Amino acid sequence: MNMRARGETLITLAKAGHARGGRPLVEGIDLTIARGEIVTLIGPNGSGKSTTAKMATGVLKPTSGTVIRKPGLTIGYVPQKLSIDWTLPLTVERLMTLTGSFSSGAIEAALSAVGALRLLHAAVQELSGGEFQRVLFARAMIRKPDLLVLDEPVQGVDFSGEVALYELVRQIRDTTGAGILMISHDLHVVMAETDTVLCLNGHVCCRGTPSAVKSSPEYLALFGPRAASTLAIYEHHHDHEHHDDGCVVGKGGAHAHRHHEHAGHGHG
Amino acid sequence: MLADFFSRAIVAGIGLAAVTGPLGCFVVWRRMAYFGDTMAHSALLGVAISLLLSINITFGVFVVAALVAGALLLLQRQNTLSTDALLGLLSHSSLAVGLVLVGFLTTVRFDLMGLLFGDILAVSVNDIFVIYGGGAAILAVLALNWRPLLAATVSPELAEAEGLNPEVSRIVLMLLMALVIAIAMNLVGVLLITSLLIIPAVTARRLSATPEMMALIAAGLGAMAVVGGLYGSLTWDTASGPSIVVAALMIFLISLAVPTARLFGRRPSHGA
Repeated sequence: MNMRARGETLITLAKAGHARGGRPLVEGIDLTIARGEIVTLIGPNGSGKSTTAKMATGVLKPTSGTVIRKPGLTIGYVPQKLSIDWTLPLTVERLMTLTGSFSSGAIEAALSAVGALRLLHAAVQELSGGEFQRVLFARAMIRKPDLLVLDEPVQGVDFSGEVALYELVRQIRDTTGAGILMISHDLHVVMAETDTVLCLNGHVCCRGTPSAVKSSPEYLALFGPRAASTLAIYEHHHDHEHHDDGCVVGKGGAHAHRHHEHAGHGHG
Repeated sequence: MLADFFSRAIVAGIGLAAVTGPLGCFVVWRRMAYFGDTMAHSALLGVAISLLLSINITFGVFVVAALVAGALLLLQRQNTLSTDALLGLLSHSSLAVGLVLVGFLTTVRFDLMGLLFGDILAVSVNDIFVIYGGGAAILAVLALNWRPLLAATVSPELAEAEGLNPEVSRIVLMLLMALVIAIAMNLVGVLLITSLLIIPAVTARRLSATPEMMALIAAGLGAMAVVGGLYGSLTWDTASGPSIVVAALMIFLISLAVPTARLFGRRPSHGA
């Protein structure tokens, strides 16, 4: 549908692995992230998603293999559900300059881009889950990052908020051309726009487009029927409420599952 | 002006409050109150060791407090005992070992009460130089590292991913706390140091909309507590260190009654 303009390569992992105390957390990861590309890491808890992301961003050094980053790479990070202690007085405005200083014009522009300008003077503790995630997106984007890293970005956000956030991710990719690395705990929150899904379980267990991964036997072996049943529920909501919303959460994947779980209910 | 003991005490106390205010904010934000207590309790051990080895007491206290903090970090990594239990273990055992060691120091004239509760009325001009020199150093480090320290406090993962080093921030904060404990010990004593870190900061929270504002207000409130406590101690002939803490507590209680404070940080409109 839309042109995937492949930009320069930002990060290359070649046979990269990380071991702690002699025990490998992940090994043999081959992965490249280019400008304008969306890469999603999925896998069960402890499968090495965070470790892989940390190797990519340079927080962890690989203990085997190599990781090459474009020199001067700027990274914007959207953390997993962030809880800020009430004792820390923090307005949205102040949060925007947490890791760098920016003009008030830049702050307002970044917040309007995610539709959160009206929250400028609000205390972060008073934001709803969805509002807070938008603000965190704006905070990451104000750095004009080459690479945006999203750690389980929709946790604690309700379904319609989830759809809106994925729409936002797509928009950010399209307007800024940043590379996007997403960590997700389940395939049902993989965006249809994802170029490459890496399914991890201590190693790369399968990879490809969302629909290819979804129907691969390795994926089904890893996630089993539980994932399939959650997906059916999501699919239903999705069809019902957001059919004509172009942006689409878990579209490809859900289809694949319907073949298994609800053959006959049909799609398309 | 520094000629009489009372004005020396005021000047010293205000210098200390200017440092414990901003640093105390981090203690509160990072939930390090008990951690600070543990370091402060180890200060007595530091005094005993300094006297045994006849080295500078302020220096000895700083080193021992920093070592105890380091020991805690290492033990935490073992992941066998909870942080809570580890703090209790280190806190009381270092205090006890310090007290036992002090008992052996029969040759040195030793004011135990002074160490536990401090004696701000006894500060010398020289002490004031140490407080202001050390205090300026602490504030300078804090100001220069403010952004990484705050980012690491909000989210270590975020700070790390965007190229900052939260582990370094943690160590910097610990060293600053060890330093402030070494400096403050003579003034308020090892048992009450953490109260000067925590109470002004907690009071400032309700009056602040940003972290920077909270740090400044905490410093101001701490100075008010020092002045109020010292005048109280002069008027009613009460122990000076505890009087300062009581004054800080009273300011906190009064601040609870200030209704406008709650407006800070509120969303301007409640519309959806």
